[in-house]
Amino acid sequence: MNFSEVFKQSNQLCKVSPDGKYLATCVQYRLVVRDVETLQILQLYTCLDQISHMDWSSDSLFILCAMYKRGLVQVWSLEQPDWHCKIDEGSIGLVSSRWSPDGRHILNTTEFHLRVTVWSLCTKAVSYIKYPKACQKGIDFSRDGCYMALAERRDCKDFVSVFVCDDWHLLRHFETETQDLAGLEWSPNGCVLAVWDSCLEYKVLLYSLDGRLLSTYSAYEWSLGVKSVTWSPSSQFLAIGSYDEKVRILNHITWKKITQFEHPATINNTKAVVYKEVVKRPAVCSDDLSLHNITIGNTLFNTQSKYEICPTPVQLPVVKPDPDRANPKIGISTLAFSSDSRYLATKNDNMASVVWVWDVQKMSLVAVLEQTTAVRCFQWDPRRPRLALCTGNTKLYLWSPAGCVSVQVPTEGGFQVQSLNWHCSGDSLILLGKEQLCLCYMDNDQEDK
Amino acid sequence: MPESSSEVMDIRSSSVEYRPSPLRQFSQSSLPLHRDYMLSDFCTEHNVQECLSHINQEVSSLGLPPLWTEASGSSEMKVVPVLNCMYDLIQLHHRGLRTLENMEVEQLKTSSNVDFLQLSSTHLKEQLELSKRENTGLLERERQLQLKVKTLQNSLKTEKEEVQKLQNIIASRASQYNHEMKRKEREFNKLKERLNQLLADKKEKKQAIDVLNSIGRADGKRSLWKTVKTEAKHEGEMYKTLLSNYDTRQRELLLENAELKKVLQQMKKDMVSILSSRKTALRGDKHQDAGKQVDAEEEEEVFDSSKESVELYCDQAREKLTNSIRLQWRRLKSHVERLDSQASLAQMGENTNSDAVARETHEDEMDRLKLEIQQCKDLIQTQQHLLQQQLSSPCDDETASLLSDCFMLQEKERFREEWKTLEEQRKIFERERRNFTEAAIRLSHERKDFEDDRALWLKHQFLSLSPFADSKKPQMSKSKSAFSISKTEVSAETDPEKLIKCRSGATSPIPRCVQLTPPPTDDLHRTLCLMPDNRSTKPKRKVEHVEESQISFNGNIPVQCKQWNDSEDQYSHLLPKEKTSSI
Repeated sequence: MNFSEVFKQSNQLCKVSPDGKYLATCVQYRLVVRDVETLQILQLYTCLDQISHMDWSSDSLFILCAMYKRGLVQVWSLEQPDWHCKIDEGSIGLVSSRWSPDGRHILNTTEFHLRVTVWSLCTKAVSYIKYPKACQKGIDFSRDGCYMALAERRDCKDFVSVFVCDDWHLLRHFETETQDLAGLEWSPNGCVLAVWDSCLEYKVLLYSLDGRLLSTYSAYEWSLGVKSVTWSPSSQFLAIGSYDEKVRILNHITWKKITQFEHPATINNTKAVVYKEVVKRPAVCSDDLSLHNITIGNTLFNTQSKYEICPTPVQLPVVKPDPDRANPKIGISTLAFSSDSRYLATKNDNMASVVWVWDVQKMSLVAVLEQTTAVRCFQWDPRRPRLALCTGNTKLYLWSPAGCVSVQVPTEGGFQVQSLNWHCSGDSLILLGKEQLCLCYMDNDQEDK
Repeated sequence: MPESSSEVMDIRSSSVEYRPSPLRQFSQSSLPLHRDYMLSDFCTEHNVQECLSHINQEVSSLGLPPLWTEASGSSEMKVVPVLNCMYDLIQLHHRGLRTLENMEVEQLKTSSNVDFLQLSSTHLKEQLELSKRENTGLLERERQLQLKVKTLQNSLKTEKEEVQKLQNIIASRASQYNHEMKRKEREFNKLKERLNQLLADKKEKKQAIDVLNSIGRADGKRSLWKTVKTEAKHEGEMYKTLLSNYDTRQRELLLENAELKKVLQQMKKDMVSILSSRKTALRGDKHQDAGKQVDAEEEEEVFDSSKESVELYCDQAREKLTNSIRLQWRRLKSHVERLDSQASLAQMGENTNSDAVARETHEDEMDRLKLEIQQCKDLIQTQQHLLQQQLSSPCDDETASLLSDCFMLQEKERFREEWKTLEEQRKIFERERRNFTEAAIRLSHERKDFEDDRALWLKHQFLSLSPFADSKKPQMSKSKSAFSISKTEVSAETDPEKLIKCRSGATSPIPRCVQLTPPPTDDLHRTLCLMPDNRSTKPKRKVEHVEESQISFNGNIPVQCKQWNDSEDQYSHLLPKEKTSSI
């Protein structure tokens, strides 16, 4: 495993182009585009203000930089560096900006969710979509880029509009049976739309592309409900994480529950492997405690850590949530299927330092990774069943069915990994610190052996 | 009760123990009684007659023969009847005493019994008292508990009411909240509208797009006008995607179904085969014969029909298949259950019919196996016999010649040749040995001579120190020659390494060691063992090849090869050249 040198970055804005050739990073008001292979700067663009959001177009030709405070969006072309485009939302404000799947339109959500403005880069035309709903996930494009589903709120009722992205033609518009719609997501094959209610009510609705209600699922009543929803890449399963610390898996034929994964504080499952991160502080001599060494700072973070396999039963650390607070820190907040739909990784919020990995074939727990600190982010390799996670320290952790490793990021000044992103080839990882970023190259040949 | 009875027993036994005491008492008490008798003056001189009659009456009343009868007339009393009577009386008295004694014992027993009963009755009374007290306590507690239950029920009722009330409150609040929210949302929407309007009306700081030059569409086409046609097209495309999705899903399901059906079919086939085998086994049983056969036929029919149903995806066929499977399954289940029960019966140790059958089959199997073993043994024996025949008389009769093919003959030929060469070798060695022994004899002779010479020489030397030095020279010359010979001999004898070298060299025609005799037999063995690959240096090269090919391994195989190689080397060293060539 190799690591690149460290580059500057701000707002954790760093993205690899969809074709995997370029790496765009934002540093204050500058946009830097590098070659992924050589890391040499290819282009440098200067925006009008500090960039708060950046995104590649689907064809990797354009980059969108949004400056929400100013209500501005600037678009840069990689092929024509002197081409420029500036969209000013004016006094109506801007809270979110995104590309349409064709990479020729930009969808801006205005402040207070007054409307969604669709700007065309081809014709400079502008169109509005009224009544967008301010919720967890109000807009979703189907995987093939043909359709867009938008959650709307009119007359205190929830609606879903399905648009054809090609010409923004409204294909379907239907009312949903929700109290307060919280999110919607297309299945990867683009034929089923999962819609879920706010956490006050456990309700998941499944709509066909043509607006027919396929099924409704509700596991229980009264207590707090759905917290996260994810489709498996094969569109076969819909995983629903909820506040009762369980994940329920629905099948795509009957839309009934196949199984539920519980996240108990004690693991008695003998088939699951429990990896516990053990930190070993390097033996510090009394001489080392001198001011000189502490000022370097590096030694402070230079703790050794490794995984140990704990024999079951294992007691996991649990933090009891404050019942008086809103949005209690309990329940399954993050769900992710591996690219081959074989594994599911989950995180329960009241056991923030634990990541659970489930085998979807056997519908059972495979591994539990108990970290020393709270897990910040985890992501599956887009090619292999391999999970990368970070906990906000100087280490990168990797899980694969073969085992578990922790790798120290060998950079000076204590590079703390806050977030990570896989390159689409699965050969490298982008590690994001607070102000820096660093690439990590996997030596896959060795791993395959 | 058992306690009390045991106590009674105890008391009885104790009474038995104390038996002597009442007797003693009695004897003591009887003494004064006797004295009373002595002192009584029942009979005097004057009233003998009355006394007599009185006693007579008394005696007769006791049922004894009268002492004296008036019929006899004599006033004199006869001694014999009196004595008899007295004896009887004494007997009576004794008997009376004994019964008294018994009675007393009995009474003692009963009194002790009474004591015990009294004791137990007091005890029971106490118990009764206690239980009564307890009872009242329990009653009190029950009353209290009932009271408690009542209060709890009351509180439950109030709680329920409270819950109901709260629920109502929550519901009303929720509805109120919802209403308020809706109101707020409406207001919010109104505000949004107003804001929208205001923003639209506002002239400065309008929304704007500033593009250097507009770019082409990603697909390179020009955008189309929105028409009814495009709308229809969109609809069509949507349904197309939906349809294709359903299509793929249906295909998947079809595949899965086919797979499952295959499995089902396989299962059914297996079941049928199992059941049919059972049926044939059971056919011997005359109880179910007729019915079963009918069943089997039916089954076959069903099976056949289901076979067709795999190809026909119609409801009827499916139903048939599932039905037949269900039927088979039921049968299998019952069969397994029966087997289970049989097994359990066998476990019970009953020599049931099934057990006997099992043993029989076991025995059959055993017999079969024994027969097989016997056959194998026979085969081995015949083989051995043939082998021996071949070895002992290679070409004595026709059968051997028939059996031995050309290869065998060749081998035999080779053996014979080898034998010949070995014989030759042996002869050579024999000769060498003879030579050697002769040489040794010669050597010993020479040594003896030398010893003599040396002794002589020493003597001369010694003598030369003395004044007589004339006769020294001729002796010296003689000894010198002897010395030179002896030196070579000594080197040959004392240097074992050289000896071995000579032996390993083996080509040296001069035999020096007696130890050279064993190698021929060794060689014989070797040649016999390594028969086929003995030709000159060929095996060596082969071994090298093997080593090369096995470089990748680092286990024992190469090492083994090396060993073999070594042995090969040794072997080649040990065999004289001409011999190897002859082989």
